Parts: sequence; structure tokens; C-alpha cells
Amino acid sequence: MKQARWFPPLLFAALTTALCFLTLPIVAIFVDTGPGELLASLDDPAAVDALTLSLWTSALAVGIIVLVGTPAAFLLATRSFRGRDLLVTLIELPLVLPPAVAGIGLLAALGPNGLFGQALDDAGIRVVLTTTSVVLALTFVAAPFYLRQAESAFSALDRSWLDASRTLGAGEATTFARVAIPAALPGLIAGLALAWGRALGEFGATLMFAGSFRGVTQTVPLAIYERFATDFTAALGLSAVLVAVSGAILLTVKLATRASPARVLPR
Amino acid sequence: MTAAFRRPALVSLLLIAFSGSLAACGSDEERPEASSGTDEVLVSAAASLKGALTSYGSSFDGGEVKLSFAGSDELAAQICQGIKPDVFAAANTKLPDQLFKEGLVETPLRFTTNELVLAVPADSDAVTSVDDLATKVTIAVGADGVPVGEYTRTVLDRLPAAQSKSILGNVRSKEPDVGGIVGKLTQGAVDSGFVYRSDVEGAGGKLRAIELPDRLKPTVEYGVAIVKGSPNRAGGREFVDGLLEGAGAQALKENGFGRPSPAM
Repeated sequence: MKQARWFPPLLFAALTTALCFLTLPIVAIFVDTGPGELLASLDDPAAVDALTLSLWTSALAVGIIVLVGTPAAFLLATRSFRGRDLLVTLIELPLVLPPAVAGIGLLAALGPNGLFGQALDDAGIRVVLTTTSVVLALTFVAAPFYLRQAESAFSALDRSWLDASRTLGAGEATTFARVAIPAALPGLIAGLALAWGRALGEFGATLMFAGSFRGVTQTVPLAIYERFATDFTAALGLSAVLVAVSGAILLTVKLATRASPARVLPR
Repeated sequence: MTAAFRRPALVSLLLIAFSGSLAACGSDEERPEASSGTDEVLVSAAASLKGALTSYGSSFDGGEVKLSFAGSDELAAQICQGIKPDVFAAANTKLPDQLFKEGLVETPLRFTTNELVLAVPADSDAVTSVDDLATKVTIAVGADGVPVGEYTRTVLDRLPAAQSKSILGNVRSKEPDVGGIVGKLTQGAVDSGFVYRSDVEGAGGKLRAIELPDRLKPTVEYGVAIVKGSPNRAGGREFVDGLLEGAGAQALKENGFGRPSPAM
């Protein structure tokens, strides 16, 4: 029983340390940025261009991820087959890759001198340094966040529900759309938020694969990096805006999840 | 079920935080705290000096040299934010002069020169002269603020306005340092880019330099300074001395850099 006395404070200290370390830089950004500077950073047309580009490219990337990722994750969660673990590892690999490796990899695959460069060129498609390459880079780095989350959300479903749905005559497609997705919705939305957050923050792979050009490939993180050297205050202001936008997305999703009808269903 | 998805959510959140910190390491060079008493020499240097200073650093006998390469303007901004390397070597004289005026570095010295050239992939003939840049080609340049970008702007300002405007219309990327331009060129992502002659010589035959006409050529001089309050001033001094006369000067010469102008 004696041990129990020091253990809870230890847990508490660990959480406090983690909390301080993780929030300190964010707090510092807002302490250093007055509301005036935050608004002034939105007065800069280049910053607005970057924000607009970041929002729509990341939204598009997340749309693609959800569209393809949801059925893919459902398959992974509901079937067991040889090599499944290997497959899951491959899909999750981008999670642990440094963004620079992602950038090099995308160049090696889709760059003009890359694996499919010649084929793309023959088809008249130029990917690098275009907005398409931004969306590709964001999709690559963010997809595993959604896939991982969606797979565990589907895995956590009570199999008897799915079986009941099938027994009642619904095909697999109907079961997927009418039963599995609504029931797993909170998990899917959580995954969407994480993927979106990651996409909004992408820097390294975008710089290497897409370059940096205002209105075309310069997303908010790239614009922040550019301003770091020329105008630190503007960099802080834009950082604060990005934190606010990402935070708002996380929060909205949290609230949406809470209000989700899936919670009404029995657990 | 709620608990079942919460836990992975937490893990993913931590992963996001972790990947974020990875990204940060790529952009912000983390520095060990003032390591007084050691014989480490911390050098923040322009990206274009990578080849020359890496070879000089490995032969330097005044201590272990820790090099950090980035766009000179990013490095200067780090120094403004209180990061203290021992030596700051920039691809222009403007940035060290500015830091000197702000009392952040000691008197800067000119230590080498370079030449701005138009670089193209060695196997490409899409661009053969500056005039071709106004036709249907793609170009990578340095961002505003980074020396290679400012030199490029000088060149474009010396061209007729219409020509300069159509060249700017062909720019596909504004890179934060010259390494980014070289990368885009060697990957074939663009047809041409403005870089330094030393970059072309360091690219192992992958790039070809097109010399700019004399009337367009900007003066490219590199400045170096000891950072005030540097943790190892003596080591930094010795490193700078070697750049001016000795192993460093030799390494610069071997990497395609020129001697500084006598008036300094």
C-alpha cells in the first residue's frame, strides 16, 4: 500500500511536465503576438493567399483521404488475411517518416526524373511545382493518420451488429453505409481532424516536391518560414493564425463528435 | 466503443506533436547551450558554402567544427533571436553589416567572392542564354531576402522592364536557400535557375553554367563575422583566420570561389 502514495503524484508530475512542454511554444506565440499583429498579418495579401491555398488544398487532400480511406480501412478492419500486419505497417509507414524523406520519395516517384516521370511527361502532365503536387504531398503525409484511426474505429464495432444487418438481408455495401459508418462516425471524424491538422502543418515534403510560390504552392507553413528571415513579427502573426485555424478544426470536430447521433446508439 | 477510439486518438495526437517537432528540427537548427570550455566551433554558414566549409571543417585543427547551413537571411534571423554560433558566414556583406550595426556581431570581413550564373541541367538545351528565359521555360530563383534571390533581382532589374516581367512570369518556385534551387534543377523540376558558379562546380557534372553578360553580373562578396558573446571566441577567430589565409582559403578556391577584393 505504501507504494500507492508516491505513484499518483508521479503520474501528476508527468502530465504537468508534458502539458507545460507542449503548450509553452504555443502560449509564447500568442504572448508575443498582440491582437493587432494577428489582424495585421491578415492584412498582408501574400499571407491571405497562403491561407486560402492551405485551406483548400488541405480540404481537398482530406476529401480524397476520406473517400478512399474509409472503405480501405473498413476492409482492413473486417477481414483477416495473410500479410495483413505487413500491409498495415506499410500504410502507417509515412507516420514515422521525416517530411524530407516524403519529399524525396515523391520526387523519386513522380518527379521529371522519377520512376513515373517519363510516363507523366508523355501524357503531358507536369506534377512538380504545381498546386497538384501540394495536394499530393499533403495527402501522402496525412492519409495514415486517418487510415489508422478509421481502422481502429471499425475494429471496435460490435461484430454482431454487422452480422445482424447482414442477417436482416442488407448487403455488405448497405451494411457499410448504413450501419458501420454511422456507428464508427466519432472515430472517423477524429481521424479526419488529425489528418487535416497534419495536412495544414505540412512543410518539408511540400517545399521539396512543390517548391514555394505565392498563390500556387506557398502554403502557410512555407510563408511562415519565408517571413522568419524577413519579418519575424509577421511570421509570429501568421503562426498564430495557423494555430487558431488548426485549433478551431480540432475543437469543431470534438464538439461535432459529442453531438453525433452515434452516441445515442447503445454501447 | 467511446473508450476504444479515444485511446488511438490520443496516440495519434502524440504522433502529430512528434511529427511536428520533426518538421521543426528541419527548419530550426537546434543549438547546444553555450558550451564554454569545450573546443567546439559553431559555424552558421550560407548554404552555398556547404562544400567548401565541410571540407575545411574536417581538416580544421583548432577544434571540432559544427556547421549549420541555411539561407544567410534565416541564419541572421536566428542570431537576431538570440542564437549564438561562434561564426556567421553569409553569401553577402549586407547581412553581416546589418548585424554589426545592431551590435550582434564583431566587425565583419570580406573573405571570398562568387559569381551568379544561370544554371541548367547538363543534358538540357531548353535554355542557352538569359534571353531564352523570357520564352516558354520554367525557372527557380531564391526567395526575396536570401542573398541568391537578391542578386537575381539585381540582374533582372538591369534588364528591360518587359523582359524582366516575362522572366518573372516563368518563375515556378522561390526557394529559401540556394540548395533548394540546385535540388529543383538536378531533379529536372525546372529548366533553369540562378545559382552561384560554385554550386554548378559542386553538382558533380549534373549542371551546366551559362555565364551572365558582364553588364548584368552583380558583385557577389561573402562576409564573415564573429558573433558577439560567442561561446568559443578564440576557436571562431582561428576558423575565420583560416578562411582568409590558409586551409579555409584553399578549400574555397578548390570549390570554385574567388579571392576577396583587396579593398576591405
